[in-house]
Amino acid sequence: MTPSTNTLERTNYLNATKGFMSWFWTIDHKRLGLMYMWSVVAAFILGGFFALKIRMTLMPGAVDFASQTAEQMNAYNNAFTVHGAVMIFLVIIPSIPAALGNFVVPMMLGAKDVAFPRLNRFSYHLWIIGALLFTGTFFIGNLDTGWTFYPPYSTGSTDNTVILATLGAFVLGFSSIFTGLNFIVTIHKMRPANMTWFRMPLFLWAIYATAVIQILATPVIGISLLLLLVEKTMSIGIFNPELGGDPVFFQHLFWFYSHPAVYIMILPGMGVMSELFATFSRKPIFGYKSIAMSSLAIALFSFIVWGHHMFLSGQSQLMSVIFSALTFSVAVPSAIKVFNWIATMYKGSVAFTTPMIYGMSIIWLFGIGGLTGLFLATLGTDVQFHDTYFVVAHFHYVMVGSALFGFIGGIYYWWPKMYGRMADNFWTKLAWFMSFIGFNLTFLPQFVGGSRGMPRRYAGYGTEAGYDSFNYWSTIGAMILAVGLTMALGTLIYSMFRGRKAPSNPWGGVTLEWQTPTPPPEHNFEIDAFPVGDPYDMNLCEYNGEEEGFLPVNPRADDPCVADVAIDPVYFEPESENAPA
Amino acid sequence: MNLSALLRAAAWLQQDGDYFFPVEASTNAGEVDRIYYFIFWVSAVSFALIVGATIYFAIKYRRTKVGMNPEDSPHHSTSIEIVWSVIPTLFMIVMFKWGFDDYVDRRTPPGDAYQVNVHAQKWSWAYSYDEGAETGMGWLGGEGEGLVVPVGVPIKLRIDSADVLHSFSVPAFRIKMDAVPGRYTYAWFEATKIGEYPVFCTEYCGTRHSRMLSKVQVLSQEDFDAWMKKQGNLADLPPVEAGQKLFQRKCASCHNMDGSKLIGPALNGLYGKEESLVGGAKVTVDDNYLRESILEPSAKIVEGYPDAMTPFAGQLSEDEISWLITYIKSVK
Amino acid sequence: MSSTTADAHAGGHGHGHDHPKHLAHHFETLEQQYGSGKLGIWTFLLTEVLFFSALFVAYTMYRAQYPEVFQFASQYLDTNLGAINTIVLLFSSLTVAWGVRNAMLGQHKMLCINLLLTLACAGGFMGIKYVEYSHKFHEGTLWGGHVDSIFKADPADISETMKEHSHAWNGDGELVAVKDLDPVFRQRLGLFFAVYFCLTGLHGIHVLIGMILLTWLLLRAMKKEFGPDHFGAIDFGGLYWHLVDLIWIFLFPLLYLIS
Repeated sequence: MTPSTNTLERTNYLNATKGFMSWFWTIDHKRLGLMYMWSVVAAFILGGFFALKIRMTLMPGAVDFASQTAEQMNAYNNAFTVHGAVMIFLVIIPSIPAALGNFVVPMMLGAKDVAFPRLNRFSYHLWIIGALLFTGTFFIGNLDTGWTFYPPYSTGSTDNTVILATLGAFVLGFSSIFTGLNFIVTIHKMRPANMTWFRMPLFLWAIYATAVIQILATPVIGISLLLLLVEKTMSIGIFNPELGGDPVFFQHLFWFYSHPAVYIMILPGMGVMSELFATFSRKPIFGYKSIAMSSLAIALFSFIVWGHHMFLSGQSQLMSVIFSALTFSVAVPSAIKVFNWIATMYKGSVAFTTPMIYGMSIIWLFGIGGLTGLFLATLGTDVQFHDTYFVVAHFHYVMVGSALFGFIGGIYYWWPKMYGRMADNFWTKLAWFMSFIGFNLTFLPQFVGGSRGMPRRYAGYGTEAGYDSFNYWSTIGAMILAVGLTMALGTLIYSMFRGRKAPSNPWGGVTLEWQTPTPPPEHNFEIDAFPVGDPYDMNLCEYNGEEEGFLPVNPRADDPCVADVAIDPVYFEPESENAPA
Repeated sequence: MNLSALLRAAAWLQQDGDYFFPVEASTNAGEVDRIYYFIFWVSAVSFALIVGATIYFAIKYRRTKVGMNPEDSPHHSTSIEIVWSVIPTLFMIVMFKWGFDDYVDRRTPPGDAYQVNVHAQKWSWAYSYDEGAETGMGWLGGEGEGLVVPVGVPIKLRIDSADVLHSFSVPAFRIKMDAVPGRYTYAWFEATKIGEYPVFCTEYCGTRHSRMLSKVQVLSQEDFDAWMKKQGNLADLPPVEAGQKLFQRKCASCHNMDGSKLIGPALNGLYGKEESLVGGAKVTVDDNYLRESILEPSAKIVEGYPDAMTPFAGQLSEDEISWLITYIKSVK
Repeated sequence: MSSTTADAHAGGHGHGHDHPKHLAHHFETLEQQYGSGKLGIWTFLLTEVLFFSALFVAYTMYRAQYPEVFQFASQYLDTNLGAINTIVLLFSSLTVAWGVRNAMLGQHKMLCINLLLTLACAGGFMGIKYVEYSHKFHEGTLWGGHVDSIFKADPADISETMKEHSHAWNGDGELVAVKDLDPVFRQRLGLFFAVYFCLTGLHGIHVLIGMILLTWLLLRAMKKEFGPDHFGAIDFGGLYWHLVDLIWIFLFPLLYLIS
């Protein structure tokens, strides 16, 4: 039976206009969100391919250490560089903000679109240009600088792929800046009059904090990459020790962006987490204000901790000490968020849906990622772990275990709204299970390898070095992870065509995007005004068995969500100012 | 999965050191490990609490029927939020202070430390002593001497780089320091156990980054003194032998002497041969060509090889260049 | 929790009828649209400032390390040309601000004249900049990595023609040959010019972007597209131009007026 609030048979944003150009040249934030999502998925497959290439090279016995050729090593160096650059610039940074953010933010605000729809389209086209520039490096040489592009190596003897790659990252930077700018203005100016700052859903707070980082940090990487380009093409000398310049200065500029960038990746994931825990516990989030404020605190602290990437770079002792202390300060708001999510479940009505299972596993994975960060913030232990697989494992727990799992959890959460269909319960959970096991098997051994000194970015380790066992389990884990993620993608594609038709509100969410039909009409809502009170007042909707989803408790006569449902007149009490225009 | 793979997978349990760390071979290692285990147990307990609470709440308050509503509970609690903000902060202050003390100690070599100079370049390590001795890379169980130091004496390392960033890492000593072109960086340690320990380059530096390996040999003071006495000057050796030693130290990470290609071409039987250059020109290998190729490698690139060599101009004396050429001539 | 409504916000407008001509489909009111644009452009200007910030940090860092080098190097910059350019840009800020006023009052002709004047100033600025740059390329007062630079550590790397006529005043007022300067000092002079060319070059690129923007605005103004209820684009373009001016106001003393 088709839920009454499903518009797949009617006109919606997916079928309102047709043809390639109606998508490619669209200014509809929902379509742009979907295109970002699929583009990010495509880039993820590319980056994932290189991840597997790395793991296969490092599998003990796969390549003989003594006879590994320069070509094989170059191929490996290319693999980890492309893996890192693609995953960071093309996948994780745009994943939640650009894909889910674009789809959800205006609807959460009850708005018709973001503030600057054309700029939004321009951001997406910049993303495509950036992606093409990155892909272009495959055709002109062997990009092997590492995603960090440290001079003098990157400006020295390596080939011209560096020019294309930095140009690509530069363009992607502007894509990210314009997305952030759009969200800041949208959240400031397009909120309904009585959605005050502290009545905003926490996802909006997270996106807002992210956007602040995007507009403040990204220009700095932009100019740094531009300087690197000038260095490479015209030997300008600012980073070149042979011309009196300082290579460590580039590291400062680079990490001034790239550390906050970590929070561009993780903050939106935290925003998704807050939505998941509230909806699936059917309870207002615990400690709303401290979660909202901790997002801003993380955004601000993120700007003053970059030096912890450089404890061993030759920067002064005093700076290292200050940066170590500041780094701990960013751990506190992160911990607060975790405690608040857990407390939200207390005395709740916890539903084990697929998005919620992602949410709960993120608490553990982010727990490991965050706690291992303490070892790296502590000066004494960081010396041992710096540039080893301990760091690699740590940031994968944050980037993959938290940001990517958050992205997938968020996709499952909003998937019914996107395509009007439900993904299969069993297979999505099996896919989660495989990914979870595979992920941990890949990266837990790397912590131990790292603390035993195993350096990163090595094309091979002799058996004498004693790291074979870690590499062995990592590679096995990576293969399981690959299967799990492929299954997750499969469940989504299958459900697009064959999934059960979704009601407008399958989970019982009370933020505004759940109050429009599924999939939404072109301009998001068919009526103008919306009740806005506590963003997590779960009494605003209740379960309806016939609908197999949730319906508003106090609906309005003109609400298309409930047009076909018999309304008990007792609940139908339109307030006077609620009257249709 | 076969048996040998399983055995290999469990192999690290039988290695030196404990589960998480290689053997503690410097005065500083014990302190680093103590900080590590402090943070480790604090984290382990916190993690257990987080996981325990998630699972307990998830099961106890699970939705048993569709549409079930939650029980009443507070939406926030200032006191509990203060508690769970302050307690982690206190633990972190301890971590910071402890790590800070250790770091300052590590950055401040004792005044009487014995200095060894560490030279990094793509892709080799070289060590030079004020007494005039010089040694090359070496690897566990292989040839080459590596960094030779006496046990029980504070050693101060002055690190420099001829080309790009490198990083000098000795996991058994828990030390690591970047080599930055254009400036000196410093690290120090005091070895406590006689033996051989691996050295890694831990800052990515190009093709053979993973082969920029070396070792530290820790000798007793008597053995070290005897070793140092034997070192003598290269100038006292016949030029061919001096050239061979120098070749092992400076060139062998990229050039073979057995006819096989490494990064650069093999150099045996090279003298007098005609080489094709990038751009089509040909050149006959003579003394001047070798000299130019050592000092300014980019001037003439042999067809089929990358322009990847670090120029040695300013690094080698005229005598040293001449020994190298003599040695290269001698190998057929 | 009682539910309230956003109805007041929705205003009287329904679905398209009474929708003002210049109001985009997703905004409710002209005020909201203008306010969004204003916040957007200010946010963008903030990112522009940060874009330049890395170069200002480079400047500060190297100047703090080598103050005597920067003092010495500033003699190569023509203070008169720099001052004229400053005045030209300040005047262009006046005309563009006046243009915004014209747009608000619907004075189409004056708007066009003011935009044209601003464009002329921008062109004049770039012309003077070109004179300065070509002089430096001729003299070889360039960053150390340039093939014709006279600021190379090793005098053997400086071309013979450059060597002969490159002299400079030292701190004691004596004329010295650049090739006889201390090599490290000479190398750092090259670093100063690296910073100089990066800062002024990036600023020049912004002037060019500004000129494209002004031309576009001028073309629209000639079609009388702006008026009292629709002057946002002029306002925002003007703000961008003010920023370009402002950066120059900082660059001029930092680079030209060191000694």
